Amino acid sequence: MRVLLVDDEKELVDALAERLSLRGIHADWATTCKDALNKLDTQKYDVALLDVKMPKLSGIELKKEMEKKAPDMKFIFLTGHGSEADFRAGSAEAGAEYYLVKPVGIDTLVAKMREVVREGGGRRA
Amino acid sequence: MGLWKSIKPSFWDQGEASGNRRHLFNYRRIWKLAVILTGGVSLFPLILITVVNYTAMQHAFESEFQLRTARIVSNTRRAISFFLTERKSAMDFIVHDNSLSSLKDPDRLARILENLGRSFGGGFVDLGVIDSSGQQVNYVGPYRLEGKDYSGQEWFGQVAEYGVHVSDVFLGYRNVPHMVVAVKGGGEGGSFYVLRAALSIQPFEGLLSNLELGGEGDAFLINREGILQTSSRHYGDVLGEIPLPLPEYTPKTKLMEGRNAVGEELFIGYRYIEEGPFVLMVIKKKDELMKPWARVRVELIVFLVVSASIIMAVILGMSTYMVRKIQIADEKRVSTLHQVEYANKMASIGRLAASVAHEINNPLAVINEKAGLIQDLFKLKEAYEKDERLLGLVDSVLACVERAGTITKRLLNFARNLEADVEEVQVGDVIKEVLGFIGKEAELRDIKIHLDVPENFPPFECDRGKLQQIFLNIINNALGAVQDGGNLDIGLERDGKGFAVVTFEDDGCGIPKHDLTRIFEPFFSTKTGQGGTGLGLCITCGLVQEVEGTIKVESEEGKGTRFTVYIPMRNVGKEERV
Repeated sequence: MRVLLVDDEKELVDALAERLSLRGIHADWATTCKDALNKLDTQKYDVALLDVKMPKLSGIELKKEMEKKAPDMKFIFLTGHGSEADFRAGSAEAGAEYYLVKPVGIDTLVAKMREVVREGGGRRA
Repeated sequence: MGLWKSIKPSFWDQGEASGNRRHLFNYRRIWKLAVILTGGVSLFPLILITVVNYTAMQHAFESEFQLRTARIVSNTRRAISFFLTERKSAMDFIVHDNSLSSLKDPDRLARILENLGRSFGGGFVDLGVIDSSGQQVNYVGPYRLEGKDYSGQEWFGQVAEYGVHVSDVFLGYRNVPHMVVAVKGGGEGGSFYVLRAALSIQPFEGLLSNLELGGEGDAFLINREGILQTSSRHYGDVLGEIPLPLPEYTPKTKLMEGRNAVGEELFIGYRYIEEGPFVLMVIKKKDELMKPWARVRVELIVFLVVSASIIMAVILGMSTYMVRKIQIADEKRVSTLHQVEYANKMASIGRLAASVAHEINNPLAVINEKAGLIQDLFKLKEAYEKDERLLGLVDSVLACVERAGTITKRLLNFARNLEADVEEVQVGDVIKEVLGFIGKEAELRDIKIHLDVPENFPPFECDRGKLQQIFLNIINNALGAVQDGGNLDIGLERDGKGFAVVTFEDDGCGIPKHDLTRIFEPFFSTKTGQGGTGLGLCITCGLVQEVEGTIKVESEEGKGTRFTVYIPMRNVGKEERV
């Protein structure tokens, strides 16, 4: 499984990527939207983990951009903000699969990722 | 006091145990001002007119009675004067018409007496002829008075000097009250004689008793020494002395006021009679005379009292009604203002809480991942894998991160709910959420909170944020009332009428009975000066009304308080049905 982590907090994605690698998941990370979109040009990912609130482009807008480049990719949103209503409004629009509130345990995260990929695979099949 | 209790406005006793801004709304003062001003303005002219009218009518009545009495006195005086003049003239005619010798003839004198009686009616009792030496030379009448010597008597001298004399009433030789009229006759040469007639007082008595004086009125003659000349009803019999002061001489009819022996007020009309030594007196009792006035007076007073009472009743009623209206309007305005203020405040708190939580969550996530990575690395390296202490430290960091995460999540949840609209709500969860905030305080103060929420309580639609604030306010209030180590029982049940009933029962200080009806009023606070604004329960009540519920309070001073909130359950278990 290949994962792309996008968050403006480098310290977070850095550590998270390493932890995922330790669990046998290939994880790349980007701290800007531009970087993230560039990565899609050269790589293929199963899941993207996006921070909802980022400078310049929000996670939801970024998702729309990324979908254009990688239509098969799944998305999980990660947020420090608990405004579920805001998120629901946005995610209904964006069609996000999952929504997790920071801080999130690694096991929960991995489980969610596998679930998303499995579902996506099922749908594809 | 009983009357005052029944008309006392409901806001009269307010103002002491109230909030710090109560002085702005002193309804007692407004009410007093309204009552005094309107009462004064309406009653003053009424009383003034009544007083003026009263005195004017009293004067009118008095002068009317005085006039009437004066008229009676004056008419009676004329009759008496005429009576005396007529008799004097008759006798004058007799002495001029007859010579002394013919008058000395007893038959002739008897015939004259008979003719006098026929022409002038009663009155003439006898006739006598007295010569210039005072010897009675002829007499006709029922008494044997021939040969009597009058020379030494005063009246004889007066007749000799003035030619005529009218005596006052006396008993004389015959021992019967009578009066005497004597006329001088005869030539100029010094030889004169006197014709003397005794008159009974019957005609006077008849004249006076025919006067229409009403009930207790009295009319009589006295002489100029105050001796009664006719009998009176209340002031003694003939020849008795009247128990009243002798009125001073005036040539006209005069009225005066006096008092009788028992102190009753009298109206006295009198007139000196020039034709004889008499004073005519007409006496009436003032009380009796003024009886018609007394009735009018009572009517006037009753009118005044009745109209003043009606005016005052209307003024009191209207003032109370209007001031109460003002009070209600003021309270509504104030509570609305503060509800808005409160809502704004809560929204600010919500936004602040949300942004704080968000800002904390991000570094928290970093700590989480870094610590997680350390844990992962430790587990991979054999050197550390067995090091319980290091792994324990990392575990405790991760546990703290989780704990902090729970707090920020709760904070976010609370903030989110402040703005929330109607949604499906589990009341039990809302209560637990609120307790999550307050639990720490209760724990520190060793207050035991017992929550009794049924497992399968159905969710229903309601405004979650408002419920949260209602419960928060009531629980805060309860915690303020209980001592450290006290108890708070929270219960939840359905009442069968479509309401969720939440009860909050504490064993705190309780609320005095007289405050119980007022605790939901704005600015009602017993914690003035201790930071209480007196708005908490008022806002709670407003919020309960906004979710269309009701709130009820029961309390016993010293034993505890029980708040019951009824929340309508709309669309119960919609999700379940779907």
